[in-house]
Amino acid sequence: MIKKEMIAMLLAGGQGSRLGVLTSSVAKPAVGFGGKYRIIDFPLSNCINSGIDTVGVLTQYQPLRLNTHIGIGIPWDLDRNIGGVSILPPYEKSSNSEWYTGTANAIYQNLRFMEYYNPEYVLVLGGDHIYKMDYEEMLDFHKKNNADITLATIPVPWEEASRFGVVITDEEMRIREFEEKPKNPRSNLASMGIYIFTWKVLKEALITLSEQEGCDFGKHIIPYCHNRGDRVFAYEFHGYWKDVGTLGSYWAANMELIDIVPVFDLYDEIWKIYTKSDVIRPQYLAENAVINRAIIGEGTEVYGEIHNSVIGAGVVIEEGAVVRDSIIMKGTIVGKGTYVEKAIVAENVVIGENCQIGVGEERPNTWKPQIYSDGLVTVAEDSVIPDGVKIGKNTVICGGTCEDDYINGVLESGESLVKAGGVR
Amino acid sequence: MKAIGIILAGGNSNRMQELSNRRAIAAMPVAGSYRCIDFVLSNMTNSHIQKVAVLTQYNSRSLHEHLNSSKWWDFGRKQGGLYVFAPTITQENGFWYRGTADAIYQNIDFLKQSHEPYVVIVSGDGVYKLDYNQVINEHMEKQADITVVTTELPENEDTSRFGLVTTDENGRITEFEEKPLNAESRKISTGIYVIRRRLLIDLLEKCMKDNNFDFVHGVLIRYKDTKNIYAYEMEGYWSNISSVDAYYRTNMDFLKKDVRDYFFKQYPDVYSKVDDLPPAKYNPNAVIKNSLISSGTIVNGTVENSIIFKKVYVGNNVTIKNSIILNDVHIGDNTYIENCIVESRDTIQSGQTLIGEEGKIRIVDEHSERYCM
Repeated sequence: MIKKEMIAMLLAGGQGSRLGVLTSSVAKPAVGFGGKYRIIDFPLSNCINSGIDTVGVLTQYQPLRLNTHIGIGIPWDLDRNIGGVSILPPYEKSSNSEWYTGTANAIYQNLRFMEYYNPEYVLVLGGDHIYKMDYEEMLDFHKKNNADITLATIPVPWEEASRFGVVITDEEMRIREFEEKPKNPRSNLASMGIYIFTWKVLKEALITLSEQEGCDFGKHIIPYCHNRGDRVFAYEFHGYWKDVGTLGSYWAANMELIDIVPVFDLYDEIWKIYTKSDVIRPQYLAENAVINRAIIGEGTEVYGEIHNSVIGAGVVIEEGAVVRDSIIMKGTIVGKGTYVEKAIVAENVVIGENCQIGVGEERPNTWKPQIYSDGLVTVAEDSVIPDGVKIGKNTVICGGTCEDDYINGVLESGESLVKAGGVR
Repeated sequence: MKAIGIILAGGNSNRMQELSNRRAIAAMPVAGSYRCIDFVLSNMTNSHIQKVAVLTQYNSRSLHEHLNSSKWWDFGRKQGGLYVFAPTITQENGFWYRGTADAIYQNIDFLKQSHEPYVVIVSGDGVYKLDYNQVINEHMEKQADITVVTTELPENEDTSRFGLVTTDENGRITEFEEKPLNAESRKISTGIYVIRRRLLIDLLEKCMKDNNFDFVHGVLIRYKDTKNIYAYEMEGYWSNISSVDAYYRTNMDFLKKDVRDYFFKQYPDVYSKVDDLPPAKYNPNAVIKNSLISSGTIVNGTVENSIIFKKVYVGNNVTIKNSIILNDVHIGDNTYIENCIVESRDTIQSGQTLIGEEGKIRIVDEHSERYCM
């Protein structure tokens, strides 16, 4: 007989549109982070480190990179005879075939997957935060309170509380009220989008609300359970928890890793973060290389200069190139004599020689000013930037660009260059 | 599936000095992220040889640890797999492996129970890339009984630790001289052999009857006139790390672009056990010139012309020149290290000066306590 005390359901189907062209061809959980990781490595590593060996990963938007990254789960020790990691895309049914229309709807469509493992509890997670958390501790809290649902919460600064969904609790941490993005928050305990459900409660709620359009945990399932008097508790988490949902916060979270003693310590032996690394060779720093505050992934070759940057695996920084305050992801080449400042350059980009990137006066982006801000240059994966061009701030480049795309060899600040095939 | 593989990884060499106190040569860390045996294991798997036995004996704990899972080299298939054979006591035999031939003979059941026609025998201390199928193909074309892979030793290298080979115009080996004092040719055996499985079983049984436990003497030298033993000339980089000098030089070779590109960038790849270490971190004041740095390392000081292995901590105001720092070493502040090999898991306390003489590498093996940071 198969029996798992707690299984995890990891929601990895979202696009993460606020990351702009970084998610033009991959889902947000598959976006690279911190030199060698992908965002999904953090919740997956948390699962195995918390003793959870059965994880369903729900995919929908651009799943290919996630599929190859996760495989059968070997890097996370999730290749198991019973359990392990399963990728769960939407599938056709004899009636009622549909995409995942909401977070809870996605879980509902996989009721049979969960039933197979006969769990007592189900942990529901998102795939878009950087943190280390022991879910077992949260489960102990859930059991101790004889709870039906436990939400992980984190205290946030009061002035930011109105950006979150906050919970109001009694002295026993039982939740009395929810407030979604309140103007005048009465609490600073923000929900982290991590839930433990007692399986019977979850199953009943999902079936009852199965007709609900776009069924969502925050909007439908939890209010439904709360209103009928279920025991809903808030587990208070104290530790590093970083949303990397926008380009600005994504850039800042990467930059924090290069502090001398980073708040988020990847060098911790006890709570390792695992990832699939297909590059294992050492990195080479040449005679004229200059490195000043950086983390650098495996197999990267540096002939130029790197200041305050996070560099992925297998990158080449050619002679005379200068990279400053930037994130350069796996497999990208920065050509000779090129200057890059405050840029996020995705995977396998080829940047030509003697370019000036991230220079000039700052002007808001004319296409999507909400997304492309903070003075950042964002370059989508597999893009090509020709020799000798000048690129301003708050710009975005997507696709194989050539000299003709740059008027007088310049892409002014605030402009966007999105070539066919790479629209987003 | 023409062949099975045998990797001889049990040997020790006193030329490795203190370095072999810690581990078998096959488990020596090489080129920042690898262990020596990764090169032959990767060659095996890249040659689609799926059934491979590693024969271990000397100081094998760290080698066994490295081989604790075969999945990193993509073995562990239903057909074939990676077998690690250490000497065992049986009804008939209570000896250690008394030589290379004896080591294989003691595992003759592995040979007898296989069905592949050929056996590729290699030593675990070689650093090279080779498609063994090419050797097997030439072996079949020439209808050889045994094929020995040879290479031409560069002018400046000492031949005295190798077996020298003389061939006729067809490539047949006419002379086989082990560790000669005066060498005339520079063609040496790389310790890679291809032989038919049935013939190997036969010859090993004869060796044992004569109490001849060494493969070179008992098989190659003994049968050179009566069997067709051919040389296969291999091209490309080849090195074996049977001495401290060779070990140091092999590592330093990876600072050359052509060697690095050959192993790291050209197909096929070299695989190793994945350690799940974070990226290398460079703090302000870190200065690095012409060096290889591996993951999990944190650098605060100066590193020049050196190889830094995994999970090394380089303290403030430290200078490292022309040195090799093995895995998991902690180097305290204000230390100067030149021409040294620093042993794994070592702790170099602050303020020390460790210098090896030019041309003579110093092995640093301190056993000091590590202070908690």
